[in-house]
Amino acid sequence: MHRFHSISVVISLFVFWLVLSGYFTPFLVTVGLVSSVLVVLFAHRMSVIDREGHPLEFRAGVWSYWPWLVVEIVKSAWTVSKLIVHPRLPITPTMTRVKMSQTSAVGQVTYANSITLTPGTISVAIEGDEILVHALTQAGAEDLAGGEMDRRVSACEARA
Amino acid sequence: MMYAVVVGALLVSLCLLLVRALLGPTVFDRALAGNAVGTMAMLLLAIFQFVSGRPEFVDLALVYGLLNIVGTIAVQKFFRYGDLGEPGVADEEHRL
Amino acid sequence: MSAAIDILSMILMGAGGVFCVIGAFGVLRMPGFYTRMHAASVIDTLGASLIIVGLVLQSGFTLASGKLLILWLLIFFCSPTASHSLANAAHRRGVTPWQPDQGAKSSSKN
Repeated sequence: MHRFHSISVVISLFVFWLVLSGYFTPFLVTVGLVSSVLVVLFAHRMSVIDREGHPLEFRAGVWSYWPWLVVEIVKSAWTVSKLIVHPRLPITPTMTRVKMSQTSAVGQVTYANSITLTPGTISVAIEGDEILVHALTQAGAEDLAGGEMDRRVSACEARA
Repeated sequence: MMYAVVVGALLVSLCLLLVRALLGPTVFDRALAGNAVGTMAMLLLAIFQFVSGRPEFVDLALVYGLLNIVGTIAVQKFFRYGDLGEPGVADEEHRL
Repeated sequence: MSAAIDILSMILMGAGGVFCVIGAFGVLRMPGFYTRMHAASVIDTLGASLIIVGLVLQSGFTLASGKLLILWLLIFFCSPTASHSLANAAHRRGVTPWQPDQGAKSSSKN
């Protein structure tokens, strides 16, 4: 598993090199492959490579989570845009605490980042297993307290 | 023509953000506006690739995006620990 | 076909531009720091995404699209990190959230 993980990092780095370089001459492709391998070797020596930086176990669940997240982002961005151009600016800012049920660091980061990425809610601080969230409207805070996003992130974490 | 409209919209929002950066009562407002200006610059560079027909500009946009996040985090770190900073206590609280 | 894609990408980029202007207007108009942050996240998510999708449609299936997708992923992963770090710093420094009843003390000039 350890070796499999390293090989997957090498492949990701090599694909990144190919996309950024855009030259497919044998010399440059070889240089790219060698430098990806060297980067992973050095990273192992420095112990800066771990499951957190390259979370393989997340790959399956993420594909069902992202489309849902994109739809959520579009919906709430539309709501926030309507609030912004509303002549009376009907906002009711609230600070709430939201429980999170994720256990791994990657799951918690995914949940907090999803909250921040959705316009209308921002994760301000993490205290234990609670996130301090600032919501633009009362309704947005109640939506989040309903916990659908939390359940979905946990489900995608559990599929590991 | 179609790029001109989008670039115009981006420049208008750039001006609005600059006004906020100048007014901003707290330093965090200014940093927020600066971050958004960085996003605008990334988008302008990505569009300029098509206007000028030179594909190098999207690489510049990538580098600009990386510098943008490093800059924002540097600013927030300085103003969080800068003069009120008691690193020991703050580190203990900051258990992310 | 190509004309249809052109029109679609024009519509997407136009919508992205509109959302960028709305977001910037919100950053200028909203009272208080945290509420401004919500407006800025409209720019970072919907505005930027729509413009980048429009550009990807323009460039078709080429390496430039790959780079634009990397740019989109960069915005998608880094903008919430930057927002969270700013909000967290403001929270630790004691920036209080704006409340409707506290009046025009910290509100902007609109």
